[in-house]
Amino acid sequence: METLTFVLLAALSIAAALGLLLSKNAIYAALFLILNFGTVAVFYLLLNAPFLAAIQISVYTGAIMVLFLFVIMLLGAEKLAPADSQAGQTWQRPLAMILGVGLFALAFVVIAGGGNALAPAPAVAALDSSPLAIGKMLLTTYSFPFEVISVLLLVAMIGAVVLTRDK
Amino acid sequence: MISMTPIAYVLLSAVLFAIGTTGVLVRRNAIMIFMSVELMLNSANLAFVAFANKWGQLDGQMFVFFVMTVAAAEVAVGLALIVAIFRTKHSTNVDDLSQLKG
Repeated sequence: METLTFVLLAALSIAAALGLLLSKNAIYAALFLILNFGTVAVFYLLLNAPFLAAIQISVYTGAIMVLFLFVIMLLGAEKLAPADSQAGQTWQRPLAMILGVGLFALAFVVIAGGGNALAPAPAVAALDSSPLAIGKMLLTTYSFPFEVISVLLLVAMIGAVVLTRDK
Repeated sequence: MISMTPIAYVLLSAVLFAIGTTGVLVRRNAIMIFMSVELMLNSANLAFVAFANKWGQLDGQMFVFFVMTVAAAEVAVGLALIVAIFRTKHSTNVDDLSQLKG
């Protein structure tokens, strides 16, 4: 059952990513990316990470992609110029395809030959990934990165306001 | 849940990452390049969660939490930059941005 869910969702996820890669309209590309993020959220549920699945939906598909769609519509950039589908130099597109496939081939060789880290799982205790456990870890082991990330978000917020302010 | 090996998830993550890389290389529109980068970040997150589940450790999920926060900050600043550039150049095509070329 889990395998069947994985195979179907993986196919959907890759199809959505290819849709992002090939679509001529930026709005459609953004919607394909939302579909991809949705399937990844279900993978998080399969991988025993319910909190991250909720965060994935609310932060990624909720906040980030709405921001993307908002900017695309604000700029009226949804119809991609023909220059976008045919890159500056003619050799650019085939070279990009070759490099992309090459990257995957390299990753495949490493993963398929990947020693201990990818061996069938040893018997580990079931992971307690409740929001309670995550919150405890966030405020004990990872309290310093947690504070740093709050400063980063503040800086990003100020930066966005300063950059888009009318002179 | 734990029985399934993470290799399938890591392979899927590699496929998504390669598609994202190709998107960054092929696309000329800054917004499309940006969305491809989001796809790459997301595929890395998937690998993190797969390994967290495999080893029964929460640390992988913590890292995903921080990656998501950085991605959110990056999108806020990046889209503000794109809007600011669009105001002066009336274009989001990255080939039009060549003032820094020596």
